[in-house]
Amino acid sequence: MAENGRLTGTFRVKSGMAQMLKGGVIMDVVDAEQARISEEAGAVAVMALERVPADIRADGGVARMSDPEMISSIQEAVSIPVMAKARIGHFVEAQVLEALEVDYIDESEVLTPADEKHHIDKAAFEVPFVCGATNLGEALRRIGEGAAMIRSKGEAGTGNVVEAVRHMRSIIGGIRRLGVLEEDELMSEAKELQAPYELVRWVAENGRLPVVLFTAGGIATPSDAALMMQLGADGVFVGSGIFKSGDPASRALAIVKATTHFKDAKAVAEASRGLGEAMVGREMGSLSEGERLAARGW
Amino acid sequence: MEPVEVREAEELKGLAGIIVPGGESTTIGKMLVSSGLLDGIRSYFYRGGPVWGTCAGMVLAASATTGPRQPLLGVMNALVERNGFGPQVHSFEKDVEVEGFDGPFTGVFIRAPFFEDVGPGVEVLSELDGRIVAARGENILVTAFHPELTDDTRFHEYFLEEVCGIERS
Repeated sequence: MAENGRLTGTFRVKSGMAQMLKGGVIMDVVDAEQARISEEAGAVAVMALERVPADIRADGGVARMSDPEMISSIQEAVSIPVMAKARIGHFVEAQVLEALEVDYIDESEVLTPADEKHHIDKAAFEVPFVCGATNLGEALRRIGEGAAMIRSKGEAGTGNVVEAVRHMRSIIGGIRRLGVLEEDELMSEAKELQAPYELVRWVAENGRLPVVLFTAGGIATPSDAALMMQLGADGVFVGSGIFKSGDPASRALAIVKATTHFKDAKAVAEASRGLGEAMVGREMGSLSEGERLAARGW
Repeated sequence: MEPVEVREAEELKGLAGIIVPGGESTTIGKMLVSSGLLDGIRSYFYRGGPVWGTCAGMVLAASATTGPRQPLLGVMNALVERNGFGPQVHSFEKDVEVEGFDGPFTGVFIRAPFFEDVGPGVEVLSELDGRIVAARGENILVTAFHPELTDDTRFHEYFLEEVCGIERS
């Protein structure tokens, strides 16, 4: 769209915004006070949501977009970007969030999906979207729909990093695999991945996704964050891990430091010192099929 | 030219120039303080080291902001307005005229700042709708937009040749 000669909502502007978050930590917050603590700790953005994933798990029921009142109060409380979640396929929640002028929308499997087959047509929006992915094909389908940022899904609200590792390795491994294929193998690979051919080709040529790749879902400690960065993440989303821990302000700061200095084990050790209780974790085997959020999204 | 990442003050030694990139200026400011880079970059600058700040880097270069107090390098005599063009939905691309450039430059403005005012020693290189979006001092260049998100290398060349004083080989 053009307003006074300014071209808004271009893919460069949308994906460029995510470029500016690289190396940073985005924190889930449920009120203005948590948002201020996150900003003070050095978060590059906050994700406004009604309940953190651990509570969504515990409470059950349908999880939806947050109350606009709450989102506005968070926007007023901080100067860093404010993101918010819409249900998968719920394009009207996304329209509402765009009208509220949130800086990024997360079309998120943490909320209850509104459409069992279709994701939001993200290219139609001025506001950029981030979407979760468990593998390369899923990431490229979301980018094909207009997502300007990808995060590996992990398993939100578990405090267990194992799924985040699995999904990041799967995405990065998929990218590496494309790099060694011959030109005439790419179409068949696109079919296997169920991903747009042009994007498959682009990734094969460039050796990376065309957008920033963050990680999410189960990051609870500074070492978890540094692990994901060393595995190839451009940055970290932390959900329940901070505000479900014993000392949120210290843990938030520690995760920011570990993410910045992820290659420096001494710095990660220093950041990890005396943080008190981490959030209680869940073992994957204890989750029933229906409790697995990463399976949502198509 | 070989680009390197700088995360510690010691890594500034021997560099021909440094770029303070885009990002969240509050976050970068906090990390500059805790890593000791704030003082490191200042002394690098005051010893004549060339600095280029883009977007958040432009905010950090300024001596004062119109908003709440935050850590700044304060190496440029200027008053900066953060997020001067509004939230992300108002981020935009627009061609801007730049002093000394042969033709317009596509400015990619992402939650971009602008200089509301500049003092002595600061030369304005570009304005958009009356707002200062590029400027330079003796050994510093700032841009409110992101030349690195385009394929146009004129600002990179300008920094290397005019600010760092490196001759084209």
